[in-house]
Amino acid sequence: MTTTQTLAPAIRVQGIEKSFKDLQVLRGVDFDVQAGSIFALLGSNGAGKTTMVRILSTLLKSDAGTAAVHGFDVSAKPGDVRESISLTGQFAAVDDVLTGRENLVLVAKLRHLKNPREIADDLLKRFSLTEAGGRRVATYSGGMRRRLDIAMSLIGNPPVIFLDEPTTGLDPQARTEVWQTIKQLAGQGTTVLLTTQYLDEAEYLADRIAILHKGTIIQNGTLSELKQLLPTAKVEYVEKQPSLEDVFLALVGETGETDTSPDGPSDSAVPARKEF
Amino acid sequence: MTTNVLADTGVLTGRSLRHILRSPDTIITTAVTPIALMLLFVYVFGGAIDTGSKESYVDYMLPGILLITIASGVAYTAYRLFLDMQGGIFERFQSMPISRPSVLWAHVLTSLAANLASIAIIIGVALIMGFRTGASVAAWLAVTGILVLFTLALTWIAVIAGLSAKTVDGASAFSYPLIFLPFISSAFVPTDSMPGPVAWFAENQPVTSIVNTIRALFAQEPVGNEIWVALGWLIGILVVAYAFAVARYRKKVS
Ligand SMILES: Nc1ncnc2c1ncn2[C@@H]1O[C@H](COP(=O)(O)OP(=O)(O)O)[C@@H](O)[C@H]1O
Ligand SMILES: [Mg+2]
Repeated sequence: MTTTQTLAPAIRVQGIEKSFKDLQVLRGVDFDVQAGSIFALLGSNGAGKTTMVRILSTLLKSDAGTAAVHGFDVSAKPGDVRESISLTGQFAAVDDVLTGRENLVLVAKLRHLKNPREIADDLLKRFSLTEAGGRRVATYSGGMRRRLDIAMSLIGNPPVIFLDEPTTGLDPQARTEVWQTIKQLAGQGTTVLLTTQYLDEAEYLADRIAILHKGTIIQNGTLSELKQLLPTAKVEYVEKQPSLEDVFLALVGETGETDTSPDGPSDSAVPARKEF
Repeated sequence: MTTNVLADTGVLTGRSLRHILRSPDTIITTAVTPIALMLLFVYVFGGAIDTGSKESYVDYMLPGILLITIASGVAYTAYRLFLDMQGGIFERFQSMPISRPSVLWAHVLTSLAANLASIAIIIGVALIMGFRTGASVAAWLAVTGILVLFTLALTWIAVIAGLSAKTVDGASAFSYPLIFLPFISSAFVPTDSMPGPVAWFAENQPVTSIVNTIRALFAQEPVGNEIWVALGWLIGILVVAYAFAVARYRKKVS
């Protein structure tokens, strides 16, 4: 892993701006993601995380700024970018009418791979879906759908993977499974950019965390770097490490404010989790 | 990337054909209304309608029924396209290195297959109801060609609707006027039985020339000029609808 440090970043974002009519969502976003690392883009609902991911995965054009993925500029070389990435969107992009296995075979064929059936069987096994593989996806639980969704994204071993709120709406057990999968991926050298509104998720998974707030990255660092940003007054709590939540609240000021559209579909689903 | 267009279109068409095979009700639903109309017209109204020709009323009205079948069938094309875009799988395809036109063409080819299946059912029922034709192989091929063109033209209109719709209902609403057009044409009654302005509209709208051409082909009569008018309409609508659909798609995916 030492060599990856010297390589060009797998993702480079410079001055990206995006507005929808009057709504300025991204106002100059900059960050780099090192190859082989897990990078979390943390932000409240409506912060523009999905918008950023859609720009990086060539689904949306930015108004200003540049972004490169795996060395390819997203607007100049979208075809090369698509060869290098896979996207797991905020909502599972699976085909309900097909079986789990057919979904995997479909993606393998669309990626022009040689043995679509073997690839499908292999992934079903890896994601503990072998038994469900012959069933229509419409019958799957939320966790199974998400697992299948991620499995579909791994086909063809793209070097860069985008996961947009991969655990939103999942129960704790399914969430743990997804977390393990993501850790494994990064262990194999895949670069992972994930977005989340859950602090514990970023804290647990990410090598670096960037906080997207009011259209810009207000902080970007490792978990320990972010923790050092806290005022020293907290030193009195010797045993309790400051959580990322403390850091976040200190950075954006008092309570978790959201200045855009409230509750996404997920919020009520997992009420116990901390978000902002 | 262009080398993959055919392969990708094939894979994606296989996928949406599977959708149809798993919910064959869409084909059956498409066929039910035209069959009911056929029964109604042949056994209820038909006796009172004077078509001014020797052929039986089933023979007379079948061409119009076939067009109605296609007009209602393409609503499902818009519906399927709309659902794909809603469900996120569309974005997955767009973020993958697959040729972008393939995503649309798969829906178009599936529409063609599904509508031809519905048409076959309708012709089967018409045969049971007494439809007879001595049409040659060449005439059958011509009829098939016209129906394929009609399906493609309406399918591209359905693509525009599917891409632009905000709701499921909106995606299929475009088909209602299309289903209605054959009623104000020569499909069920001769146009000269209609009042002046209506007759003028009926005589000059595309359905009449298409219906007259198919009817003549089935009856082994000369198609005359009518076939060129029909082809003009069909190709014109096809080209315009295709251009709009592709422009809409480009705007959507850029
Ligand atoms: N296509 C769009 N048209 C108009 N507004 C949009 C569009 N996509 C996103 N937005 C708005 O942009 C803001 C950021 O959205 P999004 O990127 O989805 O946020 P997040 O993923 O962080 O929750 C929201 O206020 C949302 O309503
Ligand atoms: Mg989002």
